[in-house]
Amino acid sequence: MSADWKGAIDCDAHPHVPNIDALKRHMNDYWSETVDVRGITAFDSVAYPPNAPITMRPDWRADKSRGRARADSDAGRAAAALMDRHGFAHSILNCLYAVQLIRDEHMAAAFCRAVNDWVSAEWLDRDPRYRASIVLPLQNPELAVEEIERCASDKRFVQVLALAMGEHPLGKSHFWPVWKAAEKHGLAIGIHAGSSYHHATTGSGWPSYYLEDYAAQSLAFHTQLGSFIAEGVFVKFPKLKLVLIESGVTWIGPYLWRLSKFWRGVRLEVPWIDRSPIEFVRDHVRLTIQPFDAPASGETVGRLMDQLQSDQMLLFASDFPHWQFDNDDMLPVGIDATLRKKILIDNPLATYPRLGGSHAA
Amino acid sequence: MTRHVVARAADLPPGTRKRVSVENRDIVVLNIKGELFALSDKCPHKGASLCGGLLTGLVRSTTPGEYQYDRAGEILRCPWHQWEFDVRTGRSYCDPRRLRLMQFPVAIEAGANVVEGPYKAETFNVTVEDDYIVLDVP
Amino acid sequence: MPLDDPMGPAITTDNGKGSAAPNRLAVIDGDIHPAVRSMADFKPYLSKRWWDHYETYGMRRKHGSANGEPYPKSAPLACRRDAWPEEGGRPGSSLRLMQEQHLDAYGIEAGILGPLGNTGQGEMNLELSAAMCSATNDWQRDTFTRPEKRLKAGLVVPYEDGVASAKEIERCGGDTDFGQVFLLTRSAEPLGNRRYWPIYEAAERYNLPIGFHVFGTSGHPVSGAGWPSYYIEEGAGHSTSCQTVVTSLVIEGVFEHFPKLKVVMIEGGFAWAPALAFRLDKIFERMRNEVPHLKRRPSEYIRDHVYFTTQPMEEPDDRRHVLDIMSWIGWDKLLFASDYPHWDFDDPFRAFPAGVTTEQHRRICAENGKSVFRLN
Ligand code: FES
Repeated sequence: MSADWKGAIDCDAHPHVPNIDALKRHMNDYWSETVDVRGITAFDSVAYPPNAPITMRPDWRADKSRGRARADSDAGRAAAALMDRHGFAHSILNCLYAVQLIRDEHMAAAFCRAVNDWVSAEWLDRDPRYRASIVLPLQNPELAVEEIERCASDKRFVQVLALAMGEHPLGKSHFWPVWKAAEKHGLAIGIHAGSSYHHATTGSGWPSYYLEDYAAQSLAFHTQLGSFIAEGVFVKFPKLKLVLIESGVTWIGPYLWRLSKFWRGVRLEVPWIDRSPIEFVRDHVRLTIQPFDAPASGETVGRLMDQLQSDQMLLFASDFPHWQFDNDDMLPVGIDATLRKKILIDNPLATYPRLGGSHAA
Repeated sequence: MTRHVVARAADLPPGTRKRVSVENRDIVVLNIKGELFALSDKCPHKGASLCGGLLTGLVRSTTPGEYQYDRAGEILRCPWHQWEFDVRTGRSYCDPRRLRLMQFPVAIEAGANVVEGPYKAETFNVTVEDDYIVLDVP
Repeated sequence: MPLDDPMGPAITTDNGKGSAAPNRLAVIDGDIHPAVRSMADFKPYLSKRWWDHYETYGMRRKHGSANGEPYPKSAPLACRRDAWPEEGGRPGSSLRLMQEQHLDAYGIEAGILGPLGNTGQGEMNLELSAAMCSATNDWQRDTFTRPEKRLKAGLVVPYEDGVASAKEIERCGGDTDFGQVFLLTRSAEPLGNRRYWPIYEAAERYNLPIGFHVFGTSGHPVSGAGWPSYYIEEGAGHSTSCQTVVTSLVIEGVFEHFPKLKVVMIEGGFAWAPALAFRLDKIFERMRNEVPHLKRRPSEYIRDHVYFTTQPMEEPDDRRHVLDIMSWIGWDKLLFASDYPHWDFDDPFRAFPAGVTTEQHRRICAENGKSVFRLN
């Protein structure tokens, strides 16, 4: 175990639902029969093609010759690769099973229940260091609230999860009952890269290559951040924390300059935004650090960090098992010890109230 | 402090404004419902002439969807990037501490006083019959 | 004067006012918006068939508004309050005022036009789109570039029809009154898509840069996240539409196929560019086998082919941040643009932060544009 990472809180790791049967076990009779009757085999999205390099680090892939399953399909193997190996205090599980693709809101809710119960039984129960996000059927905010209420008593859930590309920007009042429930229970809102594919992935339609799709994720984060600010979500729910997960990070400074400059001229239309958007972001918005879009130059990374004008905004994340780094290079180069500790430990603790206490070390 | 006669009062009725140049400063004089205001005409952002800006009310809100509107016509918006300035304080809405317009005392004086007093009126003749707008510029 | 009377700005540039000033910088402005007084200005340039069609059915773009804007702007027609001509008509429609208030006042040596509004771009009826674009080009020539040699027209093309667009470039591209081919960033498909390649082929042939100006009606929300509610989101979102364009041009191989092509990103700011280039390089590194047609890293294509106009100027609290960005992009890749007569106008002598040297300022405002816009 390396001392460098001891006590770190890993704010983004992905458990993999191995097959539909794993979920069926957590469905009621109607839905589990429906899965068979209608021949539903899976809801996997094209967001992470299983064999694409970014989807999994080579050493975490399945290895048939050794009879080894992919590392993200087993709670024990993932714990060994993350928490045992590095001494992380926690890994927060964000299950990307693509419930967001589903158009039928009732089916979406059934799959969310199954996913959350599966995470609880197959991961959280297997290792006390795991924490998780509640996957939500945002197809219908009322059903999403119900799911929060159903899961919130389990304190191992520390966040609710949405994808960067859904039907509507997530700041819209349509979603406020969901954010209200999250605030009430001390759950952060996590927005992870990914799409429901209910809209084209770019503002100019569907691109030709997977690479463009992945690149476009950061653009959706621009929209989401603008939406949370402009709609006044943080005015309405002052205790909320919003975590942007796998966004790429370095887009945010420039976007905020632009949003804040615009605000000076057009704030009349959103008068509840009574201070610069940048200030709302410092108080409410956090970003996970993998990936960090920058070259491997300490100087450049330092200048980009300086754009954030805050040492509280970044949260450590492994993004396991996505292939964002090699070896143990889990942080961008050139981060000093003070900032490093904040990113690894202090900032996650301040972001997720539900981690409090249990982590006092 | 020099007092400058910048206009005949009759030439600046309520609802009008005028840009004047005094001591190398561009100043906008506004008559808002009979009340006079004099402010630096140069926007502290990028220097647009504020005289061409729109006067609007002050809009505030404590929660999304709420629009409190008052003080109609007392907020001067820059004609370029639309930043707002309070005509009573000179302060900007977006950054009231750092971005503000210099204010100048302005008053109406009877022509009889102006003719005799230590005033400067460079561009026109002053007569005892009229009232004048007088600016104090340091 | 009445409250809402427009009046000219007090312009005191660092280099002094009026053409008498010595050592005056000969500014090249990469984004000036000409306007029609009314649609009737286009009538002489349209056949009866298309004028009648226009009068009967109007224009139909992918946003449903017959007139007005789904996101109403923050000022009438998004214009400076001081840019409305005394003689009536819209800001940008009076050459006299444009000369007086802008070209003369700032010492603009060359201004590149970017016509917006009902120019036919994004119109769903492709034949009408082509007819309107031709009309717009002829109107620009007669109204602006022939009478005023400092102005260069933006060659508008019916870009959803690549072949018709190439024809229009062939019709006008030989005329040096045109400084660029003009497209909007929000197109029906990402602009690196092959359907648009005839445009790039023709532009390269005529040595015309492609200006991608923000706006356009793609029918898609600005990102995959859906439709935002407010103008502030729409406005800030333009930088994302620029990123979509650059990503698509690079990844789909446009610069690999058209190695002489130069493109200019207009009115989306520029601070987003380094982070995007870092991101694309990283992803490319990981998955270059998906795009074997690319021979170099994305940042290298961007460095060689993409120019950025500076407006609206980026204004972070700490000016060192924007200086970093400018040096990362390259002082030879930034072009001044004013966006006259629009409300988020930049003044060539006041827009840039302290710390930009006189030499860098000269390159951005006067030098770089010359080679890009065929001005030499
Ligand atoms: S110049 Fe006045 S707001 Fe920019």
